[in-house]
Amino acid sequence: MSRTAVALKYLSLLLASAVVVVPLVVVLLTSLKTQSEVANDGPLSPPGDWFNFANYATAFEQGAMLRAFGNTALILVVSTAGTVLIGSMTAYAIDRFHFRLKKLVTGLFLLAALVPGVTTQVATFQVIDDLGAFNTRWAPILLYTGTDIVSIYIFLQFIRSIPLALDEAARIDGANSWTIYWKIIFPMLRPAMATVVIVKGIAVYNDFYVPFLYMPDPGLGTISTALFRFKGPFGAHWETISAGAILVIVPTLVVFLALQRFIYSGFAAGSTK
Amino acid sequence: MTAVQKTRTVGHADERRGAPPPEPSAGRPRSRRRRRTAGLTPWLFLAVPLTLLGMFTYLPVADMIGYSFTDWDGVSPTSSSVGVENYTDLVTEPARFEVFLVSGFYLAASFVQIALALYFATVLSSHTRFRNLFKGLLFFPYLINGVAVGFVFLYFFQPDGTLDTLLGMAGVDGEHLWLGDPDLANPSLAGVSMWRFTGLNMVLFLGAIQSIPPHLYEAAELDGANRWQQFRHIIAPSIKPVISLSFVLAVSGSLAVFEIPYIMTGGANGTETFVIQTVKLAFQFDKVGLASASAVLLLVLILLITWVQRRLVPEERVELS
Repeated sequence: MSRTAVALKYLSLLLASAVVVVPLVVVLLTSLKTQSEVANDGPLSPPGDWFNFANYATAFEQGAMLRAFGNTALILVVSTAGTVLIGSMTAYAIDRFHFRLKKLVTGLFLLAALVPGVTTQVATFQVIDDLGAFNTRWAPILLYTGTDIVSIYIFLQFIRSIPLALDEAARIDGANSWTIYWKIIFPMLRPAMATVVIVKGIAVYNDFYVPFLYMPDPGLGTISTALFRFKGPFGAHWETISAGAILVIVPTLVVFLALQRFIYSGFAAGSTK
Repeated sequence: MTAVQKTRTVGHADERRGAPPPEPSAGRPRSRRRRRTAGLTPWLFLAVPLTLLGMFTYLPVADMIGYSFTDWDGVSPTSSSVGVENYTDLVTEPARFEVFLVSGFYLAASFVQIALALYFATVLSSHTRFRNLFKGLLFFPYLINGVAVGFVFLYFFQPDGTLDTLLGMAGVDGEHLWLGDPDLANPSLAGVSMWRFTGLNMVLFLGAIQSIPPHLYEAAELDGANRWQQFRHIIAPSIKPVISLSFVLAVSGSLAVFEIPYIMTGGANGTETFVIQTVKLAFQFDKVGLASASAVLLLVLILLITWVQRRLVPEERVELS
């Protein structure tokens, strides 16, 4: 490669990085400014005091962020655990047994992957409402656990690599199907679980549509809906809104830095299905 | 993975080679695997998953088709059948078609996005300093909460805000209503969507590029192929399935845009998308019948696009070596 080509390559990478970073850095700067600094200085100017965390306190207390983090954590833990159980059970039944209608069952799961959730909400809303789950934390939990086909695929792919000899040996020792699933298959699915937990966890943490539609009660705010509500009362208070946005982004950044490798492979596995 | 592989018996060693078939029941029965033929047991494991699948996927689809032929408002106990009126309403009213034009902006943006992702994936698959840093930087936007992204760019596009300031430095003066002017609003929002998803596409392409056997490049270099020729004749053909999948996701994704325009403009200034319109019809104007018809149309469109893609680009494995 010629020197010009190399220079252009790095230039394009630096430019792309700047496009990613600049909007985020500006919001970080804004979150550290006082109200008058935001009003009088340009958006790219540094804050007068780099350790001015007053906006974060405002966002956290008045924006009900603490409760939102609590709600999100609860929904995330329960739906992720549910997804792991549902996905591994389905994979176990489909991969390890012969039964009538097996083709039909597999086909039903396959077909469901083609139906985007966004299109069916009009009618799903009625189902949730009839169950009495509207405006409760059960609505997102049920929807996140009940409509995750990708996780089932990930488990199905992985369970094939677990030798049948293990099941057979355990059966000879007198184990029944439930014991085999719970004591042998489930623990061996751990690598697949890591993928599912990461992909699912990030999806639940970031979801806005479901909590927005099914939990309008302000007390049931998740981080997405609680942050969305900053729009009203904090209207033009960009320093508070920015602090709220940074509060939401930081946990994602921490998780990303800690689990980078798993995240890349997880999303690659999840989206190419 | 390793633990599993260690416990493998020699007899099964051939099973993990190549891509596993898409569904376990497909194709010829693998003679070495004896699965249990059992009556009730698998159904016990499938009871909960199938119930959830029925309740939250198939029942809503069936209900939605049912509602779409009525004038139900979502609340009252009664509704009357209106035949195909909702559908004729949707396809004959020109105002309802504008949302498709909005999707066009997102579609155009996804094509640019795929091109950019291909370029950066190719660059980062070769020897580059700080490779992981660049990869992480470009991918990270995809992981950020959508509402936070919406707010970050609301501030970015403020009149006299970050973008105007940067343009001012470059010598382009003046305030622009990036989100207020109907001519600028959709390109701005489509730009945000590019900012979010380019990194994901790039990571998918990178994964595919890295599975290309390295001796192919070596052979190409010996033959004097430059980087562009290598891309054209080795990289592009090898990752064709992933590229075509990205195009399908781009088309169906651009029809189903909701989050960013809803958060940033609420669908104002000509930025209303198909899904925003449907949500408003159902939950603001209580026209569940009409909203259902419009959702059924969207679903049929998306299924059609997926089907066409599967017919056009069969999942062929490109043999290179």
